[in-house]
Amino acid sequence: MAEKAILFDATRCIACRACQVACKQWNGLSGESTRNLGTYENPPDLSAQTWVKMRFVESTEGGAPAWTFVRQACMHCTDAACVRVCPTKALAHHELGMVTYDPSECSGCGYCVDFCPFHTPRAGRNLVSGMGKMAKCTMCTSPGLDRIGAGYQPACVKTCPTGALSFADRADLVAEGTARVQALRAQGRANASLYGENELDGLHVLYVLNDSPEAFGLPANPRVPATAMAWKGALQPVGWALGGLAIVGLALNFVIARRAKFSQEAAAKRRK
Amino acid sequence: MTNHWTDIGNADVILIMGSNAAENHPISFHWVTKAMEKGATLIHVDPRFTRTSARANIWAPIRSGTDIAFLGGMIKYIVEDIEKNPQNYNMEYLREYTNAGWLIDAKYGFNDGLFSGYDAASRSYKDKTSWQYQKDAKGIPVQDKTFSDPSCVFQLLKRHYARYDMNTVSRVTGTPQASLLKVYQAFAASGRPDRAGTILYAMGTTQHTVGSQNVRAYSVIQLLLANIGIAGGGINALRGESNVQGATDHALLYQYIPGYLPTPSTAQPTLAKYLEAITPKTSDPRSGNWKQHQPKYMVSMLKAWYGSAATKDNEFAYQLIPKVQAGANYSFIALFEAMEKGTIKGALVWGQNPAVGGPNGNAERKALEKLDWLVDVDLWETETAAFWKRPGADPKTIDTEVFLLPAAASYEKEGSVTNSGRLAQWRYKAIEPPGEAEDDLWIVSHLMDTVRALYAGEGGPNAAAVTKVTWDYGGVPDPSKVAKEINGYDLATGKLVANFLSLKDDGSTSCGNWLFSGSHTESGNMMARRDPKDNSTIGLYSNWAWCWPVNRRIIYNRASVDLNGNPFDPKRPVVKWDAANKKWTGDVIDGFGTTGPTLYPFIMLADGVGHLFGVGGMADGPFPEHYEPWETPARNLLSSTQLNPAAKVWRPQEQGTPDKYPYVGTTYRVTEHWQAGAMTRNLPWLAELMPEMFVEIGEELASAKGIRSGDRVVVESARGQVSAVAVVTKRLMPLTVDGRVTYTVGLPWHYGYMGLIKGDSANLLTPYIGDANTTIPEYKAFLVNVRRA
Repeated sequence: MAEKAILFDATRCIACRACQVACKQWNGLSGESTRNLGTYENPPDLSAQTWVKMRFVESTEGGAPAWTFVRQACMHCTDAACVRVCPTKALAHHELGMVTYDPSECSGCGYCVDFCPFHTPRAGRNLVSGMGKMAKCTMCTSPGLDRIGAGYQPACVKTCPTGALSFADRADLVAEGTARVQALRAQGRANASLYGENELDGLHVLYVLNDSPEAFGLPANPRVPATAMAWKGALQPVGWALGGLAIVGLALNFVIARRAKFSQEAAAKRRK
Repeated sequence: MTNHWTDIGNADVILIMGSNAAENHPISFHWVTKAMEKGATLIHVDPRFTRTSARANIWAPIRSGTDIAFLGGMIKYIVEDIEKNPQNYNMEYLREYTNAGWLIDAKYGFNDGLFSGYDAASRSYKDKTSWQYQKDAKGIPVQDKTFSDPSCVFQLLKRHYARYDMNTVSRVTGTPQASLLKVYQAFAASGRPDRAGTILYAMGTTQHTVGSQNVRAYSVIQLLLANIGIAGGGINALRGESNVQGATDHALLYQYIPGYLPTPSTAQPTLAKYLEAITPKTSDPRSGNWKQHQPKYMVSMLKAWYGSAATKDNEFAYQLIPKVQAGANYSFIALFEAMEKGTIKGALVWGQNPAVGGPNGNAERKALEKLDWLVDVDLWETETAAFWKRPGADPKTIDTEVFLLPAAASYEKEGSVTNSGRLAQWRYKAIEPPGEAEDDLWIVSHLMDTVRALYAGEGGPNAAAVTKVTWDYGGVPDPSKVAKEINGYDLATGKLVANFLSLKDDGSTSCGNWLFSGSHTESGNMMARRDPKDNSTIGLYSNWAWCWPVNRRIIYNRASVDLNGNPFDPKRPVVKWDAANKKWTGDVIDGFGTTGPTLYPFIMLADGVGHLFGVGGMADGPFPEHYEPWETPARNLLSSTQLNPAAKVWRPQEQGTPDKYPYVGTTYRVTEHWQAGAMTRNLPWLAELMPEMFVEIGEELASAKGIRSGDRVVVESARGQVSAVAVVTKRLMPLTVDGRVTYTVGLPWHYGYMGLIKGDSANLLTPYIGDANTTIPEYKAFLVNVRRA
């Protein structure tokens, strides 16, 4: 079957955030208790209860204000670090290309949280034990809540009033996105770009941007961390074979958990 | 809306002004986006850079309350360009379909902010006789189609707006001259016959002491540009609630009874007098003068209300219906002032939350304390229902008896909802309401049955008005029965009428609202139609639901064709006259289906043409004129008349001045919350998105005040103060007004002291003053001060 994808066209987005609400409604995720932190953006970050959120970025362009809106959610990579490192196969590729997630298989190791090049999966994890189940966008393929299998669009796409989100065969969306980018360049947006066509062997969430990916806070060359490659390619099989290596695993876990803690603290600092 | 939602997709230029359409009407951007991808230019004029501005090709900042200066400058630009480059405009439209060439009474004048006929003692234009046409011996207005007579409207318009030059407009509005010019050029480009420009507006336009004249200014511009009646054109009010159009159609406002017939007043003590007052006259054979039919609509409505108790001999029960005091004001502010004085002793508050939504919140909450009783019908216990236990109130000192009736939500009841495009769509009940909640029809019907039984048993003032009314809905009222009553019957045959053309003034027909006649006929419930096929080339979707009047999707559509009945814009034909078969094709033609294009197109006006000069009707002048808001940091640079001279000042002692309150305050909604907030602040998914009351402050002002984003601040006006989180932003730029830097701060008005998330209400700050015509409060422009909490 042809691979599917979501196309997010930032030039059509009005940041109404109906996608955020529709996602919570369909997936039964609860509203978070939040504060106004001096911005329209909320909740402050993705979480186990918030799988998609819009980032609001203010800037100035030629003396006038500019306001860009960026979707932040799982990119459903073809070369997916999370799938590589997941020891229990809770994370896997769907035949249509998206990265599915089965929480009943999740051991709560949290490696996916740490290795994702887009910093997307989140777990309410205990940073000492490292345990706590992950949660992320499944492109509406979660067991029991599978809209795609039932022939529907993902909930976020269905609710989008302006057509900023669309869901279709990936090849068609690449063509559409390319045409949109060409049109934007013709209108004078020289840096307009289609993001996700080739990144990580192709994302299943494509972005039409009227500027460079960096201007929207997206990494120009996302890569799967080398340690993830090593983990999946060498260490993990050995680990399965030799239970004794669990000690190594624990040590590694400790390092990773520390790294996660530091990076979270750094992120919190940046927000301030 | 003159047009409809889908039609926005036909526009070449879209001007959004006084509206944050992307945030408050997200679905509008379905069509705005489509138009833009076909090459349309989107212009947004707003004090703030909002989510709408983020998508616009041109954003022009403006000081709140100076729209007429901005638009007056555009009128001047267009008038001068029409003289220089008539080939870029639709001169046939201007000549034949507007009053540009019509001569105005020689006594008409304008001097230093005042039009002729002003009476300072009553703060009103008592004598509007000079705001009329010169007429010939036959009573037909005199015209100069060359627009050269100094008394013709085109010349008067040119003279009136001569003061609105770029420099002056920029000094008044704070809009940089370069931005003004960009907007004027872009929108004036829609004046070509093969181009279409639309204006979308909302409460940012109307909630001013000059709100109605702001809309009039749009009319003048759209008539000059030949944009009324065409596809992709029009003046389109984005209504703030899903059914507020329907509510207004069915007499939400005190000046009207259903179908926009004027409310009978003490000046019309008999039906004959009333009918005379609502029957405009014309001697001009080219004027259709549709309102000459209004007596049929009134008599048919009285028959719907009083049935067999309404007879020719008793003036169709006209004496049973209440009359307002001629000239009295029964608007929102007036009602609360009357409550405060104790004149009004009881109130039914239905799906409304004035304790949060009304202006001068402290005053209105206090006025509620004077009531003997209050019935609140709502989905939640709102701030209004709970006013007696609000923070700072002592329940022991408040004697008001409060009844809270739980109501069904929209998905829990059946009925019609009429959207901004005048489209009435029938909806079905999806689920049962929870607990004891009932739908509005059930509540109102049981209330009336009970009240009627009391009057029948005990009598009372004007008891017959209640006991004789037709009210036969039974224990479980059927909304279809009501819809049929609204549509109207031929009383001889008992059949539903096809539309209002069948209505009579002799008592042989009934009709609850002539505008909706045709919505539920012998062919069925037209509002329930769901045919998604479009048989036009311009997205009329005529078989999807039903719109008033008579399913006409674009009103004033006679103005879309030339004098031969051919569309000015062949690419986007709305209607076309088939001379051979003497009929119109396309959209439902605006009145008089067998009369060709010889008829003037604006059939609802007695003279039949579009009013560049507002003949007679407005309370505050035939041309829109700039006056400053009641509270303003600036003096009026266009005349020495500071405030709209016809606006009523309710509480002069509550006027804030710029020495104490130096910043312009304005209020608005955000996508994530709805109106007074009960519907959204009680929903965790929406509460998390916009969890706290906030105030938007520009970076420059925040820096001067030492305020950082996320800090708690206090915003004060002459009437109250609110605590809010500061959202410091690049999107509120300081403006240079008359040489001085002027800051604006913005507050959402969704918050209150009940519900899942709470916060201070912005309306504690807003003033008690309204528009001269409608008294809609000036929520959008007032003075505040800001300090760190």
